[in-house]
Amino acid sequence: MRSGASDERQAERPPIVFVEKQANAMRISAVTPGAAALGLTPGLSLADARARVPDLLAIDRDHGAERRLLGRIAAACIRYTPMVAAEPPDGLVLDISGCTHPYGDEAGLTADLSRRLKREGIAHRAAIAATPEAARALARFGSSQAERVEAAGRSVSLSTLRQAQGEYGRVEALKALPVAALEAAPEVELALRRAGLKTIGDLAARPRAMLAARFGDLPIRLARLLEEEDRRITPDRPLPAIAAVRRFAEPIARMDHALSVLGELVAETGVALEARGQGGRRFEARFFRSDGAVRALAVETGRPARDPAMLMRLFRERIEGLRDPIDPGFGFDLIRLDIARADPMAADQPGFDEPARIAEETDALIDRLATRMGRGRLRRAAPRESHIPERATLSVDPAAGIPAWRAPMPGEPPLRPLHIFDPPQPVEVMAEVPDGAPKWFRWRGRDYVTLRSEGPERIAAEWWRRRKNQGLIRDYYRVEDVSGRRFWLFRSGLYGEQEALPRWYLHGLFA
Amino acid sequence: MPESSPSFAALKRQFAMSEPCSDARGRFALGCPTIDTALGGGLARGRLHEVFAAQEEDGASTAGFALMLALRACDAGETIFWIRQEAGARIAGRIHAPGLAELGADPRRILFADTPDEAATLRAAADALRSPVIGAVLIAPWGKAPMLDLTASRRLTLAAEQSGVTAILLRGAVEPPPSAATSRWRVSAAPSIPLEADAPGHPAFMVDLLRHRSGLSASGWRLEWDRDRLAFRAPPLSVALAPLAAERRADAERRFG
Repeated sequence: MRSGASDERQAERPPIVFVEKQANAMRISAVTPGAAALGLTPGLSLADARARVPDLLAIDRDHGAERRLLGRIAAACIRYTPMVAAEPPDGLVLDISGCTHPYGDEAGLTADLSRRLKREGIAHRAAIAATPEAARALARFGSSQAERVEAAGRSVSLSTLRQAQGEYGRVEALKALPVAALEAAPEVELALRRAGLKTIGDLAARPRAMLAARFGDLPIRLARLLEEEDRRITPDRPLPAIAAVRRFAEPIARMDHALSVLGELVAETGVALEARGQGGRRFEARFFRSDGAVRALAVETGRPARDPAMLMRLFRERIEGLRDPIDPGFGFDLIRLDIARADPMAADQPGFDEPARIAEETDALIDRLATRMGRGRLRRAAPRESHIPERATLSVDPAAGIPAWRAPMPGEPPLRPLHIFDPPQPVEVMAEVPDGAPKWFRWRGRDYVTLRSEGPERIAAEWWRRRKNQGLIRDYYRVEDVSGRRFWLFRSGLYGEQEALPRWYLHGLFA
Repeated sequence: MPESSPSFAALKRQFAMSEPCSDARGRFALGCPTIDTALGGGLARGRLHEVFAAQEEDGASTAGFALMLALRACDAGETIFWIRQEAGARIAGRIHAPGLAELGADPRRILFADTPDEAATLRAAADALRSPVIGAVLIAPWGKAPMLDLTASRRLTLAAEQSGVTAILLRGAVEPPPSAATSRWRVSAAPSIPLEADAPGHPAFMVDLLRHRSGLSASGWRLEWDRDRLAFRAPPLSVALAPLAAERRADAERRFG
């Protein structure tokens, strides 16, 4: 947040400052234009500020809320380009190469962005340059042409960039920036100023080798700032494989209309996917409302898919399953569909193969349910190499391939329970010392008298998983009580050797 | 009204003819001749069958019985969809996959869905039942399940009939509500036939047929699960006395032990 000293709107009453605890004192860390006009600056202690302006309103600074706001703005900027990177606490970089045609040119895009931000009351500065560093420096340190809007103490500086050759005017503007724009270490900046190098232009006139000898990486920063060396930005979201966008001159306010547009986009991307011999695994639809709010919906499939009818069914399921329905408000002015993940997919061939058809239809059912419930709720069990019963199962995605489970020995009764408790339930047990089976036990306030039992089956702890405590040996018993219920109990530790008085647990219930 | 009785009888006959066995996939036998004869060849496929626990402690046995019915109802290798309300896993324990294998159900065949609440459970069940590639659907709501009324059970029955997928509703020890289910069972654990060294034997149940659409009178059986054949069997008669004797011995142990 930065302060704007010259602001004619002094309407806010009382002036607001944002405070933060720094070195054991409450200090101002950000101010509103109104407060700045009264001479309050960041760094001032709150006590001093109150002495000067008694009716000051001090609010705790909430970095989390600022980050969230920045995240929301970044999400909304996806309407311009998928290459959006947030630079916390208050910067955004957009790579708008090749994205400007709907707005005429770069200036048109910037104007559109500024208009939207202004409407939301977000103070910002935007600059366009050929490298992220140059754009950032122009937005933050440039003075002349940078636009400035201030409101309600919220401000975000935006830098936009373009991968084009630098124009003469911009190079001049860059050269006029103070050396602080390099954002080098404070001592470097101080040394430069002491040497009489005040602007980037001064520095650029010096031989680079000398600067490197004295200041290390400074020439690299300089080159990036002067648009001589390009560094691509890393977008916050991975770039989609395929994307399709629809813009509307007149916002559409009806959800069924929006869905039919989404259907067109799905069909469009389907054609593109088919051309590549791919199918999508994750489809993300974004509805951009004209007031800046963005609603994102994602649909995942177990196997690559591109059938528009099936995908639209999934999207409808997803929308039906939403806890808070999508509110078009005053309408959507842009709908975007990203295929975030695509995998190779063979051309469609109506299957004569019965097992393949069954597998396919089962996957379709899983996708349908997963869209509504969330994929994490649908699982299959895969075996895992572990003797510890609660670790012997891995819960995997239903579409995953699962190795075969060990088949039970013919003729044996079930040796593992159908239901298992994790963690095991503590029970009171009466058993012969040292290794007798339980004769009686109490679980959940009820007594059970054991009639038959088998055991112990000894399962040693996985000592390699623990560093200090080796873990206790478990002696498992299969027991059946007088009414025929079958339980799986274990004693944790050996009498006398590992534990003075080992504890007993109920670990599972047999059918 | 005596004059109405002939038409009533005709109606009854007509109903009997249109009863479950008329659909294409027919019935599935439980594998135990006594019970299969009593049921007229087995239970109807593509219908809703309810399984209740006699007491809360019989939950695992009831789940086992329901799973076994599902295994009988579907062809080898078909997927069983087990929809379980999360609260159940917290209180009654998770399903242990090696335990499934021990009952003869390859865990790879079983697809689990953990549902957050009753509404989601019923909705997932209705969806799964509409998919004819599934072998059987096990629906396990938790607790009283107030939404599971006559209408809801009719909806499930209808979905099951259309797709031919057998639905098995797994309930706890609750008062059975009115429903459109074809059969309703109550299950409790029964003492198993001991193996050598008095080890607990194969899973054994006491099952009561509380209700059946074709008007079978309520009756009970003692069944044992034969994992290797994937079938129920009646335990040998001689052993039926064992629990009594054993109980006496347990009593003695309690007294002296």
